[in-house]
Amino acid sequence: MIKLKVNRKEYNVDVTPDMPLLWVLRDVLGLTGTKFGCGLSQCGACTVHLDGTPIRSCSFPVAAAVGKEITTIEGISENIDHAVQKAWIELQVPQCGYCQSGQIMSAVALLKRIPKPTDADIDAAMQGNLCRCGTYQRIRKAIHRAAELSQA
Amino acid sequence: MQKTSSNINRRNFLRLTGITSAGFIMGLSAKGNNGVPEVANLTNSGLNSLADATEAFELTPFVVIEKSGAITIFNTKPEMGQGVFGAIPSLIAEELEVSMDQITIKQTGGEKKFGGGQSAGGSSSIRSNYNNLRKVGASAREMLVKAASQQWGATVEECYAENAKVFHKPSGKSLSYGDLVEAASKLEVPQSPKLKDPKDFKILEKPMPRPDTPLKVSGKATFGIDVSVPGMVYASVERTPVLGSKLVSFDAAAARKVKGVLHVETSTRTIGIYSYEGVAVIAENYWAALQGRKALKVQWDHQGHDTFNSKTYEQSLRDLAKTEGVVDHTQGDFDKAVAEAPVKVEAFYETPIVSHSPMEPMNCVASWQQGDKLEIWTSTQVPGSIKKDFPKTYGIPEENLTVHTMFNGGGFGRRLYTDFIHDAVQLSKKVGKPVKVIWTREDDTQQGPFRPMTFSAMKGALSADGKAVAFQHKVISPSIDASGRMNYDKTKSDRGMTEGISEQKYEIPNMKNNYVYADLHIPIAAWRSVTSSTLAFAHECFIDEMAVNAKKDPMAFRLELLTKDSDTKNVLLKLKEVSNWDKPLPKGWGRGVAQYEFFAGLGGYVIEVSKKGTGIKIEKIYAVIDLGTVVNPDTVRAQVEGAAVMALTAAIKNGITFEKGQAVQSNFHNNPLVRINEMPPVEVHILANGGPKIKGVGEPGLPPFAPALCNAIFAATGKRIRRLPFDINKV
Repeated sequence: MIKLKVNRKEYNVDVTPDMPLLWVLRDVLGLTGTKFGCGLSQCGACTVHLDGTPIRSCSFPVAAAVGKEITTIEGISENIDHAVQKAWIELQVPQCGYCQSGQIMSAVALLKRIPKPTDADIDAAMQGNLCRCGTYQRIRKAIHRAAELSQA
Repeated sequence: MQKTSSNINRRNFLRLTGITSAGFIMGLSAKGNNGVPEVANLTNSGLNSLADATEAFELTPFVVIEKSGAITIFNTKPEMGQGVFGAIPSLIAEELEVSMDQITIKQTGGEKKFGGGQSAGGSSSIRSNYNNLRKVGASAREMLVKAASQQWGATVEECYAENAKVFHKPSGKSLSYGDLVEAASKLEVPQSPKLKDPKDFKILEKPMPRPDTPLKVSGKATFGIDVSVPGMVYASVERTPVLGSKLVSFDAAAARKVKGVLHVETSTRTIGIYSYEGVAVIAENYWAALQGRKALKVQWDHQGHDTFNSKTYEQSLRDLAKTEGVVDHTQGDFDKAVAEAPVKVEAFYETPIVSHSPMEPMNCVASWQQGDKLEIWTSTQVPGSIKKDFPKTYGIPEENLTVHTMFNGGGFGRRLYTDFIHDAVQLSKKVGKPVKVIWTREDDTQQGPFRPMTFSAMKGALSADGKAVAFQHKVISPSIDASGRMNYDKTKSDRGMTEGISEQKYEIPNMKNNYVYADLHIPIAAWRSVTSSTLAFAHECFIDEMAVNAKKDPMAFRLELLTKDSDTKNVLLKLKEVSNWDKPLPKGWGRGVAQYEFFAGLGGYVIEVSKKGTGIKIEKIYAVIDLGTVVNPDTVRAQVEGAAVMALTAAIKNGITFEKGQAVQSNFHNNPLVRINEMPPVEVHILANGGPKIKGVGEPGLPPFAPALCNAIFAATGKRIRRLPFDINKV
């Protein structure tokens, strides 16, 4: 049994220690907001927070998450009212939406670290998250907007 | 937040609402059970008033109103990012006089009652539904108004609908749609309802927040890959890396020993004329299935395909270019005009094979149940054809199949194909459990279907005063059509592979366009903007080459060839205006223009670039899309912004190449996509003056991007790029 804390809730899961956190979240805990995109840390669709730091859960063995606070997209707000989510809605960022959980998790972590990021900060923090629909220019605007909303 | 749903179909809806014999469907009694509503797994749900919804009435198949006042509108077009989940129901809602937050949207699954066209592709969703779905909404509205007028003993003219109510003008009385629906459902459906005047639109033609957005920023949207049903197991299928190989034998002993592995079975993926047998490892979770798959030992017979490589194949296309092929279009006397012209121009253009790479890998949940009942949950662009074709393939009655159309994590043409669904269906039948098959990114990148390359042999001639007098675009390529069906006719031009080249509006008196067919053993497919995605590059760069040879400004040269009024001319004039085309640029900068009209619509770009170090920096992107009538301008902008990103990836990133019969690229590290730091913003302008003309939105923003970029690079550096992809950091 492996003990995990996800979105402030404790779970005991019976899985092999090398199983990537992504598949524990999705297939064992049913938290499907975190997505599988590449399995190689190349696309960022699987981004979650480990003690507030963004990680790629597709390549992160579950055993390494023991004793840490895991936060997924389901855990960032109760009512879809995190500043980043509000900005994402205001600017109508998602198209297909598949990558957006990961985009949002990266953006939330960025804003925690740098409350008022520059375009260069956004480039650095967000270039690990691919979007095939091409929503990048709206992601950039929405991060700036979320920064405003957070400071208001 | 709006109440939305994508994952229950009509049959479930009836069951869930607990419709009793009191329900009416177009005057027919709806048969249903009075069971307790099931709400499990409806994360996108649901009905506005599940608990007390005992009666629901269908005014047309697309509109169901419950006595509680809850309104459900059915959307027949799969949502893959293009915005139809809101846009299609908004056509009905506008005429029905309800707001978007008063409706629940449900996705259809190919049911007969919703008619043909339950698919998304070709930028056709709005174009093909704009009038008929507005009529659906207007019919329902007229039925409700008539029911109210009868109740009040008033004339229809004295009544009007607004905000899900009918009002009696003289008295100010009102009745809600819920109060009226039972009576309304007994009335005849008006065949020619009166449509609203566009000036009275409350939803259409205005930026509308998409109803799926809240779901997609909270992890609550259910994509195919997120579906979970009781007893479900997970599968990963080992396939030949050499496309065309046959499965000889396999040893699953080690795979079966992996913790969590339950079964090892074969299944066959069918795509177009191709069939590929694979070995599936089925396990308690997907990770275990992947580990089991790695432990398989499989023998393949490569059937000679392991010598196939891109270099040799591309050379064969260049050799084929010397042949005449078949004529696609001819006008005037091309050969004579070239022979007599003082200036002749020739060039050869090449484009790569590319992958679709939607962010959601292919996947499907299938459940083969007792009594040969089949249920399929999948991200697909074509629920209608799954519903129609799969029962035939698997020998079951059509009513035994239920299709759940999930949110698509990207489509781009890939999900027009149903190959990945076959494995899930066969495996579920074999193991007697619901099976979720998920492709790895490596499967997705290497197994196809791919967008084919096109090579283009271009020839043109100019008069002494620098006017284009002759033009030829000869396309050399494999055929998407030939990949899709037997009995492909090589004696005729393949209009799918010459898409748009003979329909450009340039007035050139002598033309001869040709198609040269090339054999290929690899499944190839439509990809966003199909063959225009590659042909526009050759076509519009070569027009630029002719302008250069004519010593004319590329914009002026094009406009000279467009003396008659046309949408193309309007797009170019708009581009000229918004980009300040005639304003000088800083030293070291260049600007390029391109447009392309094809079946999906018409768009154009002006792109400005500068020389930066060894490479090129894109400074500014102006886009114009020609639509006529627009439904949601914000979605239009988003689609063009996204098309530009996809076009840039196709222009400057690796593409797919083959060595020893295998795709060299396997995942995003060697088949990269453009990232946020590489993408400048796109300024989108919409040409929409209303009227009956409606053009597509999803695709036209793609084809003219690469030629506008390469024309700009020529303007800045004098270097003509004739082969994609190219390295933008080394120009």
